[in-house]
Amino acid sequence: MKLVSAVIKPFKLDDVREALGDIGVSGITVVEVKGFGRQKGHTELYRGAEYVVDFLPKIKVEIAVDDAMVDQVIEAISNAARTGKIGDGKIFVFELEQVIRIRTGETGVDAL
Amino acid sequence: MNSIRIPRLLRPLLAVGLILTPLLAFAQEEATIDTGDTAWMLTATALVLFMTIPGLSLFYAGLVRAKNVLSVLMQCFAITAMMSLLWAIYGYSLAYTDGGSLQSVIGGFERLFLSGMTVDSVAGTIPESVYMTFQMTFAIITPALIVGAFAERMKFSAMLVFMALWLTLVYVPIWHWVWGGGWIAHLGTIMGLTEEGGEALDFAGGTVVHINAGIAALMAAIVLGPRKGYPGTAMPPHNLGLTVMGASMLWVGWFGFNAGSELAADGTAGMAMTVTQLATATAALTWMFAEWINHGKPSVLGIATGAVAGLVAITPASGTAGPMGAIAIGFAGAFFAFIASTKLKRKFGYDDSLDVWGVHGVAGIVGAILTGVFAAPFLGGAGLAGGVDSIGVQVLIQFVSVVVTLVYGGALSLLILLVVKSTMGLRVNEEEETMGLDLSQHDERGYIL
Repeated sequence: MKLVSAVIKPFKLDDVREALGDIGVSGITVVEVKGFGRQKGHTELYRGAEYVVDFLPKIKVEIAVDDAMVDQVIEAISNAARTGKIGDGKIFVFELEQVIRIRTGETGVDAL
Repeated sequence: MNSIRIPRLLRPLLAVGLILTPLLAFAQEEATIDTGDTAWMLTATALVLFMTIPGLSLFYAGLVRAKNVLSVLMQCFAITAMMSLLWAIYGYSLAYTDGGSLQSVIGGFERLFLSGMTVDSVAGTIPESVYMTFQMTFAIITPALIVGAFAERMKFSAMLVFMALWLTLVYVPIWHWVWGGGWIAHLGTIMGLTEEGGEALDFAGGTVVHINAGIAALMAAIVLGPRKGYPGTAMPPHNLGLTVMGASMLWVGWFGFNAGSELAADGTAGMAMTVTQLATATAALTWMFAEWINHGKPSVLGIATGAVAGLVAITPASGTAGPMGAIAIGFAGAFFAFIASTKLKRKFGYDDSLDVWGVHGVAGIVGAILTGVFAAPFLGGAGLAGGVDSIGVQVLIQFVSVVVTLVYGGALSLLILLVVKSTMGLRVNEEEETMGLDLSQHDERGYIL
């Protein structure tokens, strides 16, 4: 099993959610995050006082999937979240040791 | 502003000789109450109070950081309450009534504790109680304006003491000089420029209110020193929504301030409303475009600040300028206030936190000077002051009245600040400042989320 963690532009969340639904992903976790990458921050200006805001708001989407699904998931997120402009985000893939469904106690792929 | 309303036909007579006589006594003998005027002035009084609470206090509340939101609301509210009492106890009497042999510098004690003011007392064509309360709302907003300069770091107790002394030693005398028949009311004659009259034109309070508050604010910003971390640390406004609401209320309330300063429901009041709207609209757009050109985006804070600068600039001219003159005054007021608030403040390094000097002081000066220009009939104005025959002379009188306000207001404000600083201290300590004034001064938080 793999844990796919994707940092995306906030306005792309609905598209990504839909694309993942279309390929049969049954659950995702969404977190509002802040950070910087190549896009860096932005500046705000109040009556001539300029403030550099280092961290931009992003959305982190986490999906736990079966190994067989990983490439499909990466493709779906990439296509849905891509604008072609700087700041589109990144996808991280981790090995996932164990999954447990709390209600039933099921484990592994059955719990996905 | 006319300290009382004199019927138009009588004005030349007054200009010739009666200007020095006690206007109140004159009015009480001659005038009766006009219900239309009274209805409007009751409304205008409510509008001017609305400017301070909630208008100005929201304008300021949004501009500070979240940990200080209550402190500025509290300061404006407490000033409203305290000035009401001080004005009734002695402020009004010393400002408005005849000072006898000292008339050119200060008023008298006739209305101390409002003694003698009854339901039958008349000022011009309105009850004196309405007139006194209308002026009370001016004595509230003027000190409240200064709050923006020392926001986020002044001790609440020191603020109260400073404000009480400032009203007494600065606001009341200047009010008397300009509107109470004091020496600025016939400045041209004193300067030898006119044979009689020669008043510095200040319809609704360019010198008395805005320049006065502005220079006191600058002194306070300098004496208190910058906020901890200024200018290196980011201190962005915490809620510009509040600020825009406050600015909008100021705009609405200002009709009471300017059109109300006619003290009557007449043509001059109507024109004051028109020119106030036009100057403010022009100023809002001026600031918006200035920022758009300078920084690439039109900002919400910019357009709201521009509107306030326009309201300030048109204030002294609102009884004399015509509509197109108002547009010129609004443009100039916002342009210079923009330069002062966004460029000069950074250059000189003082922390006038919410730009009281930059907006009220600078736009007030621009407005006061241009009042002398756009009062001229050939520029659409209602006419220069009595005894003044050229724009040049009027502008010179305006200029001197500005300088007098700056010098006297600046010097006395500085003195009061230094006295308070050496006796009780002006600032909270560093720990309290970092914690925020809401918690350190009031044991409360603005936002419990």
